[in-house]
Amino acid sequence: MTHMPKISRRFFLTTAAAAGGGLALGFHLPGAIARAEAATGPAEVNAWVVVQPDDTVIIRVARSEMGQGITTALPMLVAEELQCDWSKVRAEFPSPEENLRRKRAWGDMSTGGSRSVRTSHEYLRKAGAAAREMLIAAAAAQWGVPAADCQAANSVITHKPSSRALRYGEVAEAAAKMPPPSEPKLKDPKDWTLLGTPQKRLDTVDKVTGKPIYGIDVRVPNMVYAAIVQCPVFGGTPKSYDEAKIRGLKGVRQVVRLPNAVAVVADSWWQAKTAVDALPVTWDEGQNGTVSSASIAEFLRGGLTAPEAAVVRKEGDVDAALAKAAKRVEAEYGAPFLSHATMEPQNCTAHVTPDKVEIWVSTQSGEAALAAAAAAAEVPPEKVVVHKTMLGGGFGRRGAVQDFVHQAVLVAKAAGQPVKLLWTREEDIRHDFYRPTAMAKFTAGLDAAGMPVAWRVRVTGPSILANLFPQRLAGGVDQSFANGFTDEMAYDVPNYEVGYAMRTTHVPVGFWRSVNHSQNGFFRESFIDEMAHAAGQDPYQYRRKLLSKDPVRLAVLDAAAQKAGWDKPAAESISRGIALVEAYGSLCAQVAEASVDDKGAVRVRRVVAAVDSGHVVNPEILRAQAESAIVYGLTAALYGAITIENGRVQQGNFDDYEMLRLADMPVVETVLVPSGGFWGGGGEIGVPPLAPALCNAIFAATGKRIRSLPLKDQDLKRV
Amino acid sequence: MPRLNINGQTHEVDVDADTPLLWVLRDSLGLTGTKFGCGIAQCGACTVHIDGVATRSCSLPVSAAEGTQITTIEGLPTNGGLHPVQRAWIAHDVPQCGYCQSGMIMAVAALLRDKPQPSDAEIDAAVTNICRCGTYARIRAAIHTAAQA
Repeated sequence: MTHMPKISRRFFLTTAAAAGGGLALGFHLPGAIARAEAATGPAEVNAWVVVQPDDTVIIRVARSEMGQGITTALPMLVAEELQCDWSKVRAEFPSPEENLRRKRAWGDMSTGGSRSVRTSHEYLRKAGAAAREMLIAAAAAQWGVPAADCQAANSVITHKPSSRALRYGEVAEAAAKMPPPSEPKLKDPKDWTLLGTPQKRLDTVDKVTGKPIYGIDVRVPNMVYAAIVQCPVFGGTPKSYDEAKIRGLKGVRQVVRLPNAVAVVADSWWQAKTAVDALPVTWDEGQNGTVSSASIAEFLRGGLTAPEAAVVRKEGDVDAALAKAAKRVEAEYGAPFLSHATMEPQNCTAHVTPDKVEIWVSTQSGEAALAAAAAAAEVPPEKVVVHKTMLGGGFGRRGAVQDFVHQAVLVAKAAGQPVKLLWTREEDIRHDFYRPTAMAKFTAGLDAAGMPVAWRVRVTGPSILANLFPQRLAGGVDQSFANGFTDEMAYDVPNYEVGYAMRTTHVPVGFWRSVNHSQNGFFRESFIDEMAHAAGQDPYQYRRKLLSKDPVRLAVLDAAAQKAGWDKPAAESISRGIALVEAYGSLCAQVAEASVDDKGAVRVRRVVAAVDSGHVVNPEILRAQAESAIVYGLTAALYGAITIENGRVQQGNFDDYEMLRLADMPVVETVLVPSGGFWGGGGEIGVPPLAPALCNAIFAATGKRIRSLPLKDQDLKRV
Repeated sequence: MPRLNINGQTHEVDVDADTPLLWVLRDSLGLTGTKFGCGIAQCGACTVHIDGVATRSCSLPVSAAEGTQITTIEGLPTNGGLHPVQRAWIAHDVPQCGYCQSGMIMAVAALLRDKPQPSDAEIDAAVTNICRCGTYARIRAAIHTAAQA
């Protein structure tokens, strides 16, 4: 699989070198340039829309670009109503401190929960409509005609009665002085010309030429580098370290003690990394040095039957219905901790001076980064400047927790000059905020026809909210741990009860792409399959019966089944499984086709995904997100497991925390079935259905029910 | 002091001989298109060409690169426009976060130089880089497009 470096002399290069990592076209990174340009004349019609004299339209993007495509999708929402020439649109990221100064003119900048489109579509479309009305008003005023007689299209305003025309760039400055309309009128979705079309991403050309600046690429004058070693046991602290052992190593400047770590500052990152590897550190491991995956599993298993549990949904009388049921189906499921493994390891560049704290960082939440920097430097938020960069992946790792920012600011403060702190891959895998491990216990009662009349669900595991935002717990209960079993469980089961027994461990947990839907989708959709098989029914038709009163969900399920050809047999040795999940305001059904050979090796051949996100901003981006989510889910299903021994994570790099590669990529076919009328998220919905669809296919192939992931730990050999 | 030929230009760099080439490119020379992903030649984000061969620069001591022709994404031959692999990448809208794509493109450019019409099996064997955004389906399609260019 791996290419070790080899040297040969077959290649002769004839072209001249391109110079260093230049600034990305269309992006202003690091941030100073955006501010400089603001003074040179382009008119800010409103916070979201800037029009330059040459008709270039700059649309501000408040969220972070981590690959999900908001650099293109969010400007499309504005541009649809602005009626501007899409070929002249550029995206720009306003800074978090500017947002603070302007009383959050750009609203929430945090990027996660598949929220970018679904929570900002309305104010972005209104911003575009307002700017359009102001541009029209400015042209009408210049001509001395009623605005109602003017129209805008493709960045040109026309006055039909006199056949006069003005370009946006010609009236932008005047438009900026017009009063903003209080209630700009939005188009009817049937009149959209840009939304719903497969526009090319605005960031692709830069991304194929190596130009975008990610956090790791930032270079500022007089910058030095830091590498870090964090206490391998979560919650531990450095007790002592022998600085003499690395004194005199080339380039090494300083050792900085942090609350949970030790950092070495050097002239280059490689020198810092080499020195930190050579630095003997003794840790105070705290109370958790004996915790293991086995002890955590035992702790969670207690949660499956514990009498104390929060009831998070309850209908009917489960016990009474179970007593009368013709058949009972019971099962226990489990899922491991998972690491995000963004391709760009965590990093942050910081410069702390008496006047201000400046940071450059790949972050899903510029405002959280700002707050973390202010807290670390112990300065008011107004003193912080945040330069958001491109993100080399996010998946939830770079959002709620900005631990890398906190560390970088502390190190830079100690160094007295700009410092780029960069984690190794091993630090990144071993110091994540992991997808929580979880277990589920199901008891279902089927009637004589095989349909469920009662279903008791118990889930248990560590709560993300309890770990990160205890103030958000409603009455001490984290409802979200049961996501997928509460209001997003649409199957018709008359007696139904869901309980959550919280089991907190010392392993930090956080938001991982699709969060608790990632485990619960696997648990629920696998168990629905178990019910269908117990009833002797086809799993697709069984789900159809459970959704008979629900045309929206049926349409998604049917779209996937039809595209996959569910009613026809699959090719020889190929088996199919199906799953349906609702999350983040969207629906996704998947059919996985897989084969299992005699030695138990699983090969996923094809995945068909049907997605209903209500409206679709850009179908190509939504398809790309479905493909991406399927790979994320498949990587986890096949390989993903973070295990604990002696209080610490056992994995460290891609050799023991494996990733799906090209050779194992199935064919993916995505069917978009937008039913309109709502705005669902696109970045996460494709993750949860993958594992159950695949494991249901494996059951169809082998008769073996997978109740615990990853698959690499399962014995699927034919006996 | 190691002397390196990078993208057709000679550079003298003040680093220890065992410093991986990746860090010389990124930190000494500012060629940040080549990325760090794992440090153990697993992910391929750091792929460059050494005398035309796709090589993971995170695990190659700079001393071993002396006397070779090193090509990074910034120096990929383009004949004044974009390399056929880059054009195919644009046609298929391959990149998501984009972080791994420099390494992917370098790996594919080297593959197509050796095997202008690669089969899927040859692609699987040659392109083992990791893309955490999961752009693999588009990568495969784009490789076939580039092969027709």
